[in-house]
Amino acid sequence: MSLFKELTVKPWERKGIIGGLKAEGTFDTSPEKVALVFFVVVASVIFSLFAVSYLIRMELPDWAPLTEPTQLWFNTVLLVLSSVFFQWARNITKTDSNKNVMTAFVGAGLFAIMFIAGQYLTWENLQAEGFYMTSNPANAFYYLLTGVHAVHLLGGLWVWSIGLIRMISGTEAKELKLSIELCAFYWHFLLIIWLIMFALMANT
Amino acid sequence: MAYVPLADQDSEQELHHPKSWVTEWVFSQDHKVIAIQYGGIAIAVGIVALVLSLLMRMQLGFPDTFDLIDPSQYYQSVTMHGMIMVVYMLTALLLGGFGNYMIPLMVGARDMVFPFLNMLSVWTYFLSVLILLASFFVTGGPTGAGWTIYPPQATMAGTPGHDMGIVLMLASLAVFIVAFTMGGLNYVTTILQYRCRGLTMMRLPLTVWGLFIATILGLFAFPALLVSAVMMLFDTLAGTSFFMPAVIEAGTPLDYNGGSPILFQHLFWFFGHPEVYIVALPAFGLVSDVLSTHARKNIFGYRMMVWALIAIGGLSFIVWAHHMYVSGMHPYFGFFFATTTLIIAVPTALKVYNWVLTLWEGDIRLNAPMYFAIGFIFTFIHGGLTGLFLGNVVIDLPLSDTYFVVAHFHMVMGVSPVLVLFAALYHWYPKVTGRMFNEPMAKAHFWITFLGTYAIYLPMHYLGFLGVPRRYYALGETDFIPESAQDLNAAITIAALIVGVAQILFFINIFWSLRYGKKAGPNPWGSASLEWQTPDTPPVHGNWGAELPTVYRWAYDYSVPGAHQDFIPQNVPENEEPTADEQHFDPDHDQSKANL
Repeated sequence: MSLFKELTVKPWERKGIIGGLKAEGTFDTSPEKVALVFFVVVASVIFSLFAVSYLIRMELPDWAPLTEPTQLWFNTVLLVLSSVFFQWARNITKTDSNKNVMTAFVGAGLFAIMFIAGQYLTWENLQAEGFYMTSNPANAFYYLLTGVHAVHLLGGLWVWSIGLIRMISGTEAKELKLSIELCAFYWHFLLIIWLIMFALMANT
Repeated sequence: MAYVPLADQDSEQELHHPKSWVTEWVFSQDHKVIAIQYGGIAIAVGIVALVLSLLMRMQLGFPDTFDLIDPSQYYQSVTMHGMIMVVYMLTALLLGGFGNYMIPLMVGARDMVFPFLNMLSVWTYFLSVLILLASFFVTGGPTGAGWTIYPPQATMAGTPGHDMGIVLMLASLAVFIVAFTMGGLNYVTTILQYRCRGLTMMRLPLTVWGLFIATILGLFAFPALLVSAVMMLFDTLAGTSFFMPAVIEAGTPLDYNGGSPILFQHLFWFFGHPEVYIVALPAFGLVSDVLSTHARKNIFGYRMMVWALIAIGGLSFIVWAHHMYVSGMHPYFGFFFATTTLIIAVPTALKVYNWVLTLWEGDIRLNAPMYFAIGFIFTFIHGGLTGLFLGNVVIDLPLSDTYFVVAHFHMVMGVSPVLVLFAALYHWYPKVTGRMFNEPMAKAHFWITFLGTYAIYLPMHYLGFLGVPRRYYALGETDFIPESAQDLNAAITIAALIVGVAQILFFINIFWSLRYGKKAGPNPWGSASLEWQTPDTPPVHGNWGAELPTVYRWAYDYSVPGAHQDFIPQNVPENEEPTADEQHFDPDHDQSKANL
């Protein structure tokens, strides 16, 4: 039943069991996925508010645009690869075979770790070149946005590491299907967020 | 693994069974224990805030008699009173306390979807309270910047607690938001996915609807506070200039340059206004159920009530700048926000009409919870009407930062939700503890609180008209404020002290009744909603015994003509009781009226 239709039901008129003999959630999916979608919306709100603050702060006279390190393009490729590997792992769990699922899952996490390391490297390089956080709001936003994005990725890696431990200790990939699916979803989301943040910073 | 519907899973939901006293009562994953932990912490920290307000009142009412606090401590009290009451008390008690207790019971689930996350939520909340209270013991004390903690003033010398106090406040808020997000994800997912068989969204009690919409508001609004807290922490600790403009502190220019304090205000109020409704919507829901139960009538206009909750929730995100009319905004910007502010009064007024119409011709039982619920209608109308004044730019400008504002928001989001909280605490007390409270004592508590409220806040409106500024330690000598304002202040203080001390009645009542109250039975109010139909009172771990309930009707089948009781519980099948469909309701031949 569509949400709008559901809201126009007159509950005092119909008695009896509605919706058959089974209990049904509003969405035909696992509760974990519903919660993750809500979390993704919350994270989107956080990033959009940072982006709005960025755009407003940018208009003020002391803003000196930062030339983003070229290395970010390389880091972006790492994050894309991480997402691709998660999607690969997810596609495998949809089939009957378990071939390569470990490679895909581990590879996805490793690329994400490399991405974070790469981001950290850009920080070091910027510091070495004298672009400190306090020298200009553009720099401050660079550290802040990349940092907040990395924190979200670290949260994902925590879930990934739990999945990894379970996988190594012999849990069937089938039982990890939900974890892999949710990780892939979350990684795609963080990739999109990164692309938007990167585009925002690179174009201003 | 394809998704298996709840009812087809073997044990429906795997419960975490406590193995020792610690996992049963301390690190419990049972939503009811977590609810009581949330509620206990919230009420305890609320008492701290109450004491702070009494200290302020003694200073304001009798500046020469009492010498308890100095100006710095006064500002710190103002700040901590406001922040604790709004965030750590009301939000935590309504969503953490009532949300946790009511949602699984009202939707017919065994527990929250993610019990472990739920436990994490309450302990993270406890951590945030500890960080907040720690600021009383650090150098410089807690922040005294006002609950709005505007930069640059909040972090500069001259403001009490500008060093450690503000840092701890921001850190505590960030931790609180993490706790709230963990709880909030649980509430929405439980409501959406774990409803028992037959329980459609439109059969949910309004309590659940209020909690549902408020949680969604919280999930979307708290990020704004998180974002501003993080950027402000960077300004304070790392020396960035997100919000800090070029500024001179005690003659020395600081290293800040070019930041925008107004940006902080926008972010803060983008959280701050929905926050009002995060507190108000659960209260609206709870009071709807209390009114309907004790009036023995279905809630008037159920669908309208749901739509109004959704409309208020949506509109609450586009009214924030009405807190900032004096910040120097473009007139059209102010015009827009004044318009949206007045529009939000429409669904709100609709709810008030529906509450009153629920009482109309009802078989009203004047129990103590009903006293508080009806009291709420008074204070809410009162506070809502002054909101219409303040929502208009031209009226707001002269009244801004006066006691009129203090009176308005205390009536509408201080006293009103608190009256609902008392109504709800008394109403559900028999379910939570299995015993009845002492009715006369609860009614005495009501009359002192309700009349005292008016004795405190009505004169404040008048002080506001006189131009008495808020947040001032003392009035000093001012031409436009007559001497008699001080007499009014003294009277307000006396009333506040009486109301403050009278709250002891509530605590004596609930603790005494815990042991000596008479046994309540499973459903003392004759309530139709699901939480009163549990096999055990108080509900045990797992809530529902062997089988989950099945719901056949909405939560408001009260005084159904032809039924042999004046309520039909939600889990009673339609063929066991005559339904409204079979016997059309005819007010002229209503049997219950014929006996009068």
